Amino acid sequence: MSQEFKGGPLTRLIMNDKAGRKLLLALLLVSVLVPLSNLLVPEGSFFHVSTFTMTLLGKYLCYALLAVAVDLIWGYCGILSLGHGAFFALGGYAMGMYLMRQIGDRGVYANPELPDFMVFLNWTELPWYWQGFDQFWFAMVMVLAAPGILAFVFGALAFRSRVTGVYLSIITQALTYALLLAFFRNDMGFGGNNGLTDFKDILGFDLQADGTRAALFFASGIALIVGYLISRFIVTSKLGRVLVAIRDSESRARFMGYRVEWYKLFVFVVSSMLAGVAGALYVPQVGIINPGEFAPINSIEIIIWVAVGGRGTLYGAVIGAVLVNYAKTYFTGAFAELWLFMLGGLFVLTTLYLPKGVVGLWHQIQEKRRSPGGPGGGSDIAAEGKA
Amino acid sequence: MSLAKTKHIEQSTVLYMNGVSVSFDGFKALNSLSLYIEPGEMRAIIGPNGAGKTTMMDVITGKTRPDEGTILFRDEQDLTRYDEAQVANMGVGRKFQKPSVIESLTVFENIEMSLKGGRSVWQALVQKLTPARQQKIDEILELIDLTDRQHEEAGSLSHGQKQWLEIGMLLGQEPELLLIDEPAAGMTDEETMKTAELFKRLAKKHSLMVVEHDMDFIEALDCKVTVLHEGRVLAEGSLETVKANPQVIEVYLGR
Repeated sequence: MSQEFKGGPLTRLIMNDKAGRKLLLALLLVSVLVPLSNLLVPEGSFFHVSTFTMTLLGKYLCYALLAVAVDLIWGYCGILSLGHGAFFALGGYAMGMYLMRQIGDRGVYANPELPDFMVFLNWTELPWYWQGFDQFWFAMVMVLAAPGILAFVFGALAFRSRVTGVYLSIITQALTYALLLAFFRNDMGFGGNNGLTDFKDILGFDLQADGTRAALFFASGIALIVGYLISRFIVTSKLGRVLVAIRDSESRARFMGYRVEWYKLFVFVVSSMLAGVAGALYVPQVGIINPGEFAPINSIEIIIWVAVGGRGTLYGAVIGAVLVNYAKTYFTGAFAELWLFMLGGLFVLTTLYLPKGVVGLWHQIQEKRRSPGGPGGGSDIAAEGKA
Repeated sequence: MSLAKTKHIEQSTVLYMNGVSVSFDGFKALNSLSLYIEPGEMRAIIGPNGAGKTTMMDVITGKTRPDEGTILFRDEQDLTRYDEAQVANMGVGRKFQKPSVIESLTVFENIEMSLKGGRSVWQALVQKLTPARQQKIDEILELIDLTDRQHEEAGSLSHGQKQWLEIGMLLGQEPELLLIDEPAAGMTDEETMKTAELFKRLAKKHSLMVVEHDMDFIEALDCKVTVLHEGRVLAEGSLETVKANPQVIEVYLGR
């Protein structure tokens, strides 16, 4: 607030965001260095990042983008979506459909048109909604359009009827559960229980090749950076302040003359598209998309990432997603049965003792160090966390 | 002829309420209420709890739909057909009883957001702080005496200052009609008198409808008073006339 940087919109966006700037720099370094060290540094060297690790980190980056999407609506506008995994999965399915079409006649049944599971179901031709997915550009449009249109229709109905709070959370949960059940069915034409898998290549590049993996990792990093900047642009505009007004006092915003439902709808659709992009980058890296991604537990986990990181900061969401998922990777390896209990415990602890998440804790520590006399001068920290 | 004549007479109202009734589960919150506010007028509304004061504001601002009756704004717009945001954008500002400012935004940002115009999503995304808007914000900050604290979070203000900030936000909307619910609640005597002064200054440019319990405050406003009781107008006139009205003494002032 005190020192506003002028200049182009992008410079201003970056220069006025101290914590975000560090995060973006770190992300940029990771996005460039990890692929390089995977490809150029010889195996066995200390600086070599294995393809396994790179893929794992790539997954984290996708989750982080998903967390940013959730923080945008929950942290800034108070929309607690417990169904955001659905948008992630839809983006993933759109990418998966493209990857299936890329297999061509290399499938088990060697059908040049139909994916294996369709041949297995005795289908003779491609359903209409699979048309066009052999084109990469079309699939990419659908990565945005499928989650975006669903979010638009769902949001228009829910927000215009003024469904808020817990009720909204419940129907978002119902939404993802309904999709889970639908995608499980074989005759939906999305591979049923098994989902879409056995992908071969993307844009002609072998998906198993290190180079392709490195490129996907780089793309995930860039997508996260761009997604962060888009979200940051939104929350620092006047629109962002209207969102905060809606979060803090919805009726005040209405009586000030803002059509609350349109604002919610806008940010909900943007968020769903970011989630879709995250899903689309996730699928080629993990090599499978199945209805399990629609499971309500997945959507709840996203909320935990954001809460642990610190909601309403955007960079907190990134930190939370990476931290919790790293913990998950470690603990599901070490004590698999305990992980869900730990995750639940983590959420309870965060809610009780760290309402502002890890980011808030960090600010508190810094604050103490700066003024050991006691509290005071808190406005700087508050502005940092909120702006 | 006669039609044109009545129309001419009606044109002198900012707010025209005629026979407005609302009931909730059989309870008549408003019972054929009629009330007229003239341009530039200040009107105080008093009445016991449950008299229908808040419901009346809800009905005017589009929060509640009346069961029957007419509400005209500036003799032309039927307010019963619009929602809160539309009514607000037509020029009706509302201040709540509980100060409702956006606590996690700064005082400056609260005012900035209230400024007239730029209500669509797209405008809100790209709107910049022009010198004209900056100047307008400065003027309002000056008026509500919060220039020094403009960069602090609104949540850190005292109760009275929040009330003032909310009044400032109303002014930012440049409304023709201001509906103000218990502005003096929780204010010190000095703040109360300052608020009355401010309202009197505002009444020249705007129409004000002030709901209040504080008799000293109403006396300081020095304006026409309407007493509501059981959803209808019980008495209307100067404070002295109203105070002398036996019915008003019976239901409201007490003996």
